[in-house]
Amino acid sequence: MINQVELMEVVEKYRDNGIVVPTMTGSRGWDQVSSNKNRDVPLGGAMGKASSFALGVALAQPDKRVIIFDGDGSLLMNLGTLVTIAEKAPKNLYHFVLENGVYAVTGGQPIPGNSKISFAGMAKEAGYASTFEFNDLEDFASRAAEVMGAEGPVFICVKTTPEIQNEPMGLRAPSGVKPTKAAIQDLKKDLGV
Amino acid sequence: MTQQSILSPEAVIQEFKKNGITHVVYLPDSETNWMYQLMEAEPSIDLVSVTREGETIAIAAGIIAGGKKPVVLIQNTGLFESGDSIRGIALDCALPVVMLIGYRGWTRHGATPDSAARFTEPILRAWGITYYLVEHDGDADRISLAYQEAERTNMPVVVLVGDEYHGFNR
Repeated sequence: MINQVELMEVVEKYRDNGIVVPTMTGSRGWDQVSSNKNRDVPLGGAMGKASSFALGVALAQPDKRVIIFDGDGSLLMNLGTLVTIAEKAPKNLYHFVLENGVYAVTGGQPIPGNSKISFAGMAKEAGYASTFEFNDLEDFASRAAEVMGAEGPVFICVKTTPEIQNEPMGLRAPSGVKPTKAAIQDLKKDLGV
Repeated sequence: MTQQSILSPEAVIQEFKKNGITHVVYLPDSETNWMYQLMEAEPSIDLVSVTREGETIAIAAGIIAGGKKPVVLIQNTGLFESGDSIRGIALDCALPVVMLIGYRGWTRHGATPDSAARFTEPILRAWGITYYLVEHDGDADRISLAYQEAERTNMPVVVLVGDEYHGFNR
């Protein structure tokens, strides 16, 4: 199991000032390590569509690296995205899935198929150019250059420690993560588009 | 009164070109299938086909965030499927996503047995989304109107393609 923030600290080194689209608990983790928040678009409550959004960004900005931090439950809500991404085959897209086995933001209920399905296997069969699976931070760190140097679309499934939230939504402290609407405006400004 | 003329794919593609459309994000449907052959042959347009309509809104949003200009092309049944993406991404993030929606079940007589048609306009009104109806070539410039409205308000706008006589096998 890998701590998501420690994983993200390694990924940040290979960001190349690219655009990063985190979702759900990944948004809070990335917010702690990002070196350029003007190029981050956290998509909270996207119900699985963060990877679709990132695909759109990757198609519009083919010369810039685009990194997704997806959730396992999120990907299950939008599995067809694997085929859509593979079909368009953006060379600049790096699709991380943080596989913690649970719906962390709703109290930690197990996702369907937990421990029985292979996300990397599904991405491979859908047609991603490269797929990887990691369960150990040192292993990922030692191969990060290979992973982030591969031609996209690249799929990286990482087994992560769940960070479960169990309070009712109204009682939770604000995450401090930038709202998506403001993030999109900041991205457009930073890109000059 | 019945529809006197048809909406040609050439007129629609011309509107896309006039508005600088870079990407068509679509899932084929029976009301607009007559356009695909021409779209595929148009070099200025990148086609993005999806597996389910909800993807289209998020992909179009990403394309807009990246500085390009998409159009979403789906059927009204897909509009219903896309509901949460329209709410959470296009409306909440104030994005000028223009959607061309095949108006399945629409007739000029109004009465229709197809619930897809009966629910379409009430749902758009409930969401507060401006929409225009395009029936034939004479209406095609409403696509430009939709883009002007979307860019002026920074909100999604719908163009309903109410075409009784195309459908399959034209």
